[in-house]
Amino acid sequence: MRGTVAIRSENLCRHYRMGETLIRAVDGVSLQVPAGEFVALLGSSGSGKSSILNLIAGLDRPTSGSVIVQDRDLAKLSREDLAKYRLYVVGMVFQSFNLIASMTLAENVELPLRFAEVERGKRDSLAAEALERVGLKARMHHRPSELSGGEQQRAALARALINQPKILLADEPTGNLDSRTGTEIMNLVQSFNQDLGMTVVMVTHERALAERYAQRMIFLADGKLVDDRPNTPSAVEPSLQGGRA
Amino acid sequence: MKIPDLTELALRNLRESILRNSLTTVGISVGVASLVAMLSLGIGLQQMASRRLMKSGLFDTVVVTSRRDARGMSREDERSGPTPGESRILDEAARSQIEKLPNVSEAYPDIRFATELRFEDKPHMSMISALPESARSNDAFEGMQGSFFSSDASPEAILQKSFAEELLGKTPRLGAPEPNVAELAKPLLGKELTMVYAQRATSTDDTAASSNPANEVMGASYSVVSREQKLKIVGVADLDPESMRGPTRAKVFLPLHLAESLHVMQPTDLREIARAGDQPVYSSISVRVKNPSRVQEVEDAIKKMGFTTFSILDASRGLRQFFAVLYAFLGIFGSLALMVASIGIVNTLVMAILERRREIGIMKAIGASDGDVKKLFFAEAGAMGILGGIVGVGLGWAIGQVINIGTNVYLKRQSLPPEHFWAVPWWLVGGAIAFAFVVSLASGLYPAGRAARLDPVQALRYE
Ligand SMILES: Nc1ncnc2c1ncn2[C@@H]1O[C@H](COP(=O)(O)OP(=O)(O)O)[C@@H](O)[C@H]1O
Ligand SMILES: [Mg+2]
Repeated sequence: MRGTVAIRSENLCRHYRMGETLIRAVDGVSLQVPAGEFVALLGSSGSGKSSILNLIAGLDRPTSGSVIVQDRDLAKLSREDLAKYRLYVVGMVFQSFNLIASMTLAENVELPLRFAEVERGKRDSLAAEALERVGLKARMHHRPSELSGGEQQRAALARALINQPKILLADEPTGNLDSRTGTEIMNLVQSFNQDLGMTVVMVTHERALAERYAQRMIFLADGKLVDDRPNTPSAVEPSLQGGRA
Repeated sequence: MKIPDLTELALRNLRESILRNSLTTVGISVGVASLVAMLSLGIGLQQMASRRLMKSGLFDTVVVTSRRDARGMSREDERSGPTPGESRILDEAARSQIEKLPNVSEAYPDIRFATELRFEDKPHMSMISALPESARSNDAFEGMQGSFFSSDASPEAILQKSFAEELLGKTPRLGAPEPNVAELAKPLLGKELTMVYAQRATSTDDTAASSNPANEVMGASYSVVSREQKLKIVGVADLDPESMRGPTRAKVFLPLHLAESLHVMQPTDLREIARAGDQPVYSSISVRVKNPSRVQEVEDAIKKMGFTTFSILDASRGLRQFFAVLYAFLGIFGSLALMVASIGIVNTLVMAILERRREIGIMKAIGASDGDVKKLFFAEAGAMGILGGIVGVGLGWAIGQVINIGTNVYLKRQSLPPEHFWAVPWWLVGGAIAFAFVVSLASGLYPAGRAARLDPVQALRYE
């Protein structure tokens, strides 16, 4: 597993045209993420973190350059194949959880299996299993509105996990949570990385969080990659090092 | 996504905004109901009309006369075709030939003569006509007192109501209420009438053949014998079976076979007897066609044989045309309501897209394809269509029942027989639901396409 490249981007650009002005949300980013690595994408608001993550997720297409995920050049996939890629290869969680309000947790979690045309019986057992993994089995018939933010994000993690993707993409997963529940979520993400061997790319603007959990940190500013370094203890401030032990 | 999943999700989504979707579905129901109501009224009316017309015998009857008989029923083709001199005689051979034509169910002679009838020793004059067995089902005998002839040759008579009045010595007064047929029939049914008539004796003298038989009448060697025939009154008809014949309409009816066997002297005999020899010669023949739509063919075939024909075909053609126009008209009006309802579907689904932008974005982010999203919206449109269709057919049927019952109550008050002018055939039930489904899917076309093309990044960007 280790040693192979899970995600690679080359001179990746995503530009938006707003009337006369051109917004370079992502501007020539080249990076590589080895399989099984936990990478944090850091940068201030508007630096292009989400834009890069959406390009890796196959939700968006680059203006130029390429994203290659597990040897697939996403720019060359059809809309149909891109949907399949999102279904089977990557799992996503968001800052705002993005559960469907009209569905119970179990239904939310098994929704990707419906798109994958998995049979009902198997769907039920897989959903129960995934919810069990995030400690929400007892709440499976509740609707998202009946749950706390942390619980909703756990359910979202269960959903991201359901098709056993190799890559987890998380866009500020703790952004809407207090630090205690944030830690819970981060521990879960870490366990996915360590126990299931998933490659994790997490967007955050909290440097402390990245330093605590990520193996590598990529810094962005104005759509450009400004720093890319491993999260070695030497790079971490002594005060935070204790928390990691 | 699989169909059961699609259906389940679609129904769930419809339940989520239950009020709006119910109202949209009601809109479809009303559209379907109006379509069903309109069309079933049209179908029912046509069925009723053709039932009536078939029974009346007006539209499937061709009257055949010889071209020699200038006073016959022929009103057309008198100047074209063979001149009277070359025309054929309308005899038994011609009758059986006509009867063997395709699409002809029967051809029977019109026997019709005026003679004296004695009832309780008082003489009465009346036009008499013979009825074939098939007249039993004729509408004109609806509401008749007594019964139709027990057999085609029995010495029985059916009277028209006005003749019954005459026999009983009741003269109809102007403005007086119509006499009740049951009252008139009571003293008459089972009573005996004596018909006095002139019998044409068989002539074997063929020297009388001439190109102008009318002038030979005096010299023709045949005899006329005065005879009497006792008839039992078996029925009194309320309606006038021969109303369309005008002054020559008969008031007394005999069974056809009986009438034939009597060899009553008829006006044509004076002119045709010399040529025809033994064979009976008819002044006119009524031909019943199996299907009113074949009247033209039969008429053409008979004309080719050298006879003059008359039918109310043109009237029936006009009627069919009328119903075709009526159908189109009712159908268009019915569909209009459904079209309006379909705009409701488009509106509801476009609203749903705006409201569910985020949901669509989420589904795409977790792996839904454009096709999945499209199918989901189609399923919602289709489900509203089918539900609306089913409810609408039920509603339309109920409306029809109410109108039918209401009208029949009215008819009963007017002491008219009940009428079934409302018909919802199964093809209309299935067709209306299918039509609602198709219209709904078509309405879903634009919203579903729009939902499928939604950019997930944009959809998820804003809270
Ligand atoms: N659809 C869009 N149209 C125009 N500008 C956009 C659009 N999406 C993102 N941007 C711009 O691109 C830049 C990067 O945005 P984003 O990737 O969301 O930043 P981050 O996630 O780091 O806060 C921002 O300046 C943002 O305004
Ligand atoms: Mg962001």
